[in-house]
Amino acid sequence: MSRAPVVRLPGIAPLLVLMAVTVMSVLVILPLFTVFHDALAKGVGTFFSKLKEPDALAAIRLTLMVAAISVPLNAAFGVAAAWAIAKFEFKGKSVLLTLIDLPFSISPVVSGLVWVLLFGAQGWFGEWLQDRDLKIIFAVPGLVLATILVTFPFVARELIPLMQDQGVDEEAAALTLGASGFTAFWKITIPNIRWALLYGVLLCNARAMGEFGAVSVVSGHIRGLTTTLPLHVEVLYNDYDFVGAFAAASVLASLGLVTLVLKSALEWRHAGELAARRRH
Amino acid sequence: MTDLVALPPRPTAGEARRPRLARWREPSVLPGFGLAIGVTLAYLGAIVILPLTALAVRPWEIGLSGIWHTLTDPRVSAALKLSFSLSAYAALLNAPLGVLMAWVLVRYQFPGRRLLDALVDLPFALPTAVAGIALTALYAPNGPLGALAAKVGLKTAYSPLGIFIALVFIGLPFVVRALQPVLEDLDREVEEAAQTLGASAWQRVVHVILPAIAPALISGVTLAFARAVGEYGSVVFIAGNMPMKTEIAPLLIVIKLEQYDYAGAAAIGMAMVAISFGSLIAINSVQLFLAGRGRR
Repeated sequence: MSRAPVVRLPGIAPLLVLMAVTVMSVLVILPLFTVFHDALAKGVGTFFSKLKEPDALAAIRLTLMVAAISVPLNAAFGVAAAWAIAKFEFKGKSVLLTLIDLPFSISPVVSGLVWVLLFGAQGWFGEWLQDRDLKIIFAVPGLVLATILVTFPFVARELIPLMQDQGVDEEAAALTLGASGFTAFWKITIPNIRWALLYGVLLCNARAMGEFGAVSVVSGHIRGLTTTLPLHVEVLYNDYDFVGAFAAASVLASLGLVTLVLKSALEWRHAGELAARRRH
Repeated sequence: MTDLVALPPRPTAGEARRPRLARWREPSVLPGFGLAIGVTLAYLGAIVILPLTALAVRPWEIGLSGIWHTLTDPRVSAALKLSFSLSAYAALLNAPLGVLMAWVLVRYQFPGRRLLDALVDLPFALPTAVAGIALTALYAPNGPLGALAAKVGLKTAYSPLGIFIALVFIGLPFVVRALQPVLEDLDREVEEAAQTLGASAWQRVVHVILPAIAPALISGVTLAFARAVGEYGSVVFIAGNMPMKTEIAPLLIVIKLEQYDYAGAAAIGMAMVAISFGSLIAINSVQLFLAGRGRR
C-alpha cells in the first residue's frame, strides 16, 4: 500500500487530489452543511422548540417503532437465509439469491405501490380488510411492510458471502464432538458472524429510519399518526416551515453521520470478519 | 470468481443411511436446513413475491390497450423519457467523477484521505428526503449555488438541471465503490512495464488502466443508473414537478394512486421495472463482452 504511485507526473497528484476534494465538497459536503446551517438559522432555541412540537415527537416515536419492528424481522430472515444458502447445497440457489437482491433494484415508490395494490381500498385484500375494520394502508402496518420490503436484503446480503467463505468445517467439527445443532449455531456460527451481522443491522436500521419514497406512498400523511420523521420533514417543508423541516432533517442527518462513523469503524477494526466487501 | 462453499467430503455412509433425501439438495452433516429454508421461503414469499406478483398482474385489469393508453399518455411518456434520459446523463457524468475519486483514494496518500473515503458513502447514508431539501435549498434561485448559477443564466432547481444534479449526487458512491477494489488489485508491474517500454502517462491510462477497470466502471455506472431511475426522495423537492416538464416517473405513480387509478399506477411501475431490467441486461452483456475481450 505504501508504494509510490506509478503515474508520477510532477504536480498532477496534488491537482487530482484538489479536484476530488472540490467535487466532494460541492456535491456532498455542502448539502450536509446546509442541513445543519438552515436548521439553526433562527437560533438554537427555535431549533429545539421545533423538535419538541407534538407532531415532531410523534414522528420520532413512530420512526423508532417502525424500525424496531422491521429491523429484527429482516435480521432474523437474514440469518435464516444465510444459514440455508451458505451451509447447504441445493438446486435453485442462484434464483433464490437473485430474489433476495431484488428489492434493491426496484424503485422505493414501487415498493410502496405494491402494498397498496394488495391492501389498498381497491386492493386484492381491500374489501376483506374493510369488512373486518382492519387498516393496513394509511396506517402503521403499511409503513412497517413498506419499510421491511425496502430494507429486506441488507442483513442477508452481508451474511451470505461471509458464511460461504467460512464454510461448514467448524460447525461440523462441533457436531462430531457431540454438540447439538443449536449449540453449534449459538457458540460457533453467531460469534463468527457477529460483526457482519452488526454491520448489516446498522445499514438496515439507517435505511429503515430514513426511508421516504416507499413509506410516503402508504402513509397518507396523517399528522401525528402516520408521518415518520422523513415524512414529517416533507410535511413541514411543503408548509414553508423551513426551520422546522431542517431541524427534523438534521436529526436524520445525524443518524446518517453516526451510521457512517460506526460503519467506517467496523470496516477498519474488523475488516477480516466482514463480508468480502472490499475484496470481492 | 466467487468462491462457493467448499463442502467437506461427503460422508458416504450418511448418504447410504438417508437415501430418501430430496433430490434437489445434497446431503450435509449440519442440521436446520428445513427450518432455515422454510423461514426464508415463507418470508420471501410474503414480503417480495406476493407483492411483486400484484405489480405484474394488476396492470392487465385495464388490458393491453389500457396499459398502452396509460404509457403513451403525453404526461406519462414525458415523465418516463425524463427519468430515463436524465438518469443516463447523470450516470455518464458519474463515470469520470467516480474514476477521479477512486483513483485519488486508492493511489495517493494525503491527510484526510480516510475522511474523504468515508464521506463518499454519505449519499447512501443521508436519508433521501434530507438530501432532497438540502439540495433544493442550495440550488433554489435564492440559494447560494442557485444564485451563482443564475448569474450565468442557468436555472438549476425546479428544472431538469436540478433533477440531474440530485441524480449525480445519489449515483456517485456506486461508481466509486465499484472501482476501488479493482484499482487496489490492479497489478502495478504492468504499468511499470508499460512505462519502461516508453509509454507516456496518457498512454498508460488509456491502454493499461482503463481497459482493466472498464468492466467495474460499467457495472458501477449501471448501478447508478438503476438507482437514479427509481429515485424519489432526493428528486421530488428539487424537481418543481411541473407536468410535462419536470415530473419524474415515480412521481406519476404517486399521482395515479392519489386518483385511485391502481391499474394505471401499476402499469407505470411495471414499465419502469421492465425498462430498467432491459437496460441492465443490455449493459451486462456489454460488460461480459468486454470482460471476455480483456481476458484474451
